[in-house]
Amino acid sequence: MKPGPLLLAGAFALASMQPASAQGKSLGLPKTVQAGSAFTIQSSGSGKATLYIIGLGEVLKRNVQLGEAQFFPAGSLNDAGHYLAILAQPGGEETESFDVVPASAPMRLSFLAKPSRLPVNLHDGITGAAYVFDSYGNLVVAPMPVSFELSSPSSTGQRDTVATQNGAAWTEMDSTGQQGTDQFTAQAGGVSDRRIIKQVPGDPCALKMSAQQSGQQIHLQTDPVRDCSGNAVLDGTIVTFTEAYDGGQSTVDVPLKHGIAEVLMPAHPGATLSVASGVVLGNQIHLGS
Amino acid sequence: MLKTFLIVCVSLAASVDLAAAQAVVRVDAAHVKGPRTLNEQTRTAAIRDYLQSWQTLSNALAQNRADLLDADFVGTARDRLANTIREQAALGIRTHYRDRAHDIQVVFYSPEGLSIELIDTADYDVELTDGNQAVTIEPAHARYIVVLTPSEVRWRVRVLQADSD
Repeated sequence: MKPGPLLLAGAFALASMQPASAQGKSLGLPKTVQAGSAFTIQSSGSGKATLYIIGLGEVLKRNVQLGEAQFFPAGSLNDAGHYLAILAQPGGEETESFDVVPASAPMRLSFLAKPSRLPVNLHDGITGAAYVFDSYGNLVVAPMPVSFELSSPSSTGQRDTVATQNGAAWTEMDSTGQQGTDQFTAQAGGVSDRRIIKQVPGDPCALKMSAQQSGQQIHLQTDPVRDCSGNAVLDGTIVTFTEAYDGGQSTVDVPLKHGIAEVLMPAHPGATLSVASGVVLGNQIHLGS
Repeated sequence: MLKTFLIVCVSLAASVDLAAAQAVVRVDAAHVKGPRTLNEQTRTAAIRDYLQSWQTLSNALAQNRADLLDADFVGTARDRLANTIREQAALGIRTHYRDRAHDIQVVFYSPEGLSIELIDTADYDVELTDGNQAVTIEPAHARYIVVLTPSEVRWRVRVLQADSD
């Protein structure tokens, strides 16, 4: 069988696409270029050629005179990555690779903090992770200290300094005993980013109610409800009053308002009154027969 | 002589197609940093989506179509690849990346679960076409630092940055 013209054309095209590094020449170019910096590529020989700089972040193409140095001004390559410099000329191609490396000074942090709201006194309850970028948005992969700080107006701040690995650093911190709004900051090389962490009271610690009978009804009211650190539990937290009496039971859910919960319930002789919030049980009161 | 030459060419073409279809992949997740446990299902999904992103970038750069990037790239990575595609189109060139091997280490899973960082030592070929003229196919070997972030239904590449291994 005789090969057709199309197949032959394809064969010659593939033949001309052998790896150019086998040519044995070398381009004069640095192994690394800092992002955004000027650099020069030196070619040898004479005649005209086309120089391609190929990378995933940027591509350049330039017609060149062989033997002359090609100057690339600052800002020619800003994106860090692995690049191929391909010099294509009638006699074949010459290729070398080089890296554009991130600028050493950080310019931006990507700071992920979680959660934005949590109860007080939670061990390792707050986490933060930071990625460090240079002014061109390249991930700065050289190890660099990142300082994390959790500060609140009412307590001593927590600090942790962590060296980045492959551009990332992370930490864990405890929520403090005081409710309030804290600032969670990550800082590297003079660049910082801040997140707000709201610390809210935990579950009620001790729940206590008092009762006052008024005719056929009884008025139940809690003492100010606090967590185990003494913070007032948030208004809106549900407190459940239960009255168990001969042959029945009544339950009323009441949200905390101004730190207390109160309710009027029928006063059944001999009833047992109890109070709870979540899994926290308060005291019981027994009505006389 | 011609017959031998054609067999070599066809074999080369066949092996290139095969390599593009099935890159050799090795994954090491034994040294993940961070307090959050990376479960197998999450790791498998992240690696699968990352490998898919190579096919996507290959197609997008070969066709100079930035819209193809949206499925697998986001943020800086997407912007940079889209910029490269714009530059390629302006210069009249196309590149075709064919990955041959990936040696992937999962190095960091951020505490809040919003990012996974990989290091991929990749072997691939870059085919350069200027106009309709095939210029060269170059083998390349580089270490990629990859940051993936979750989107609606998949992990997408947010950072894709290479240096020499």
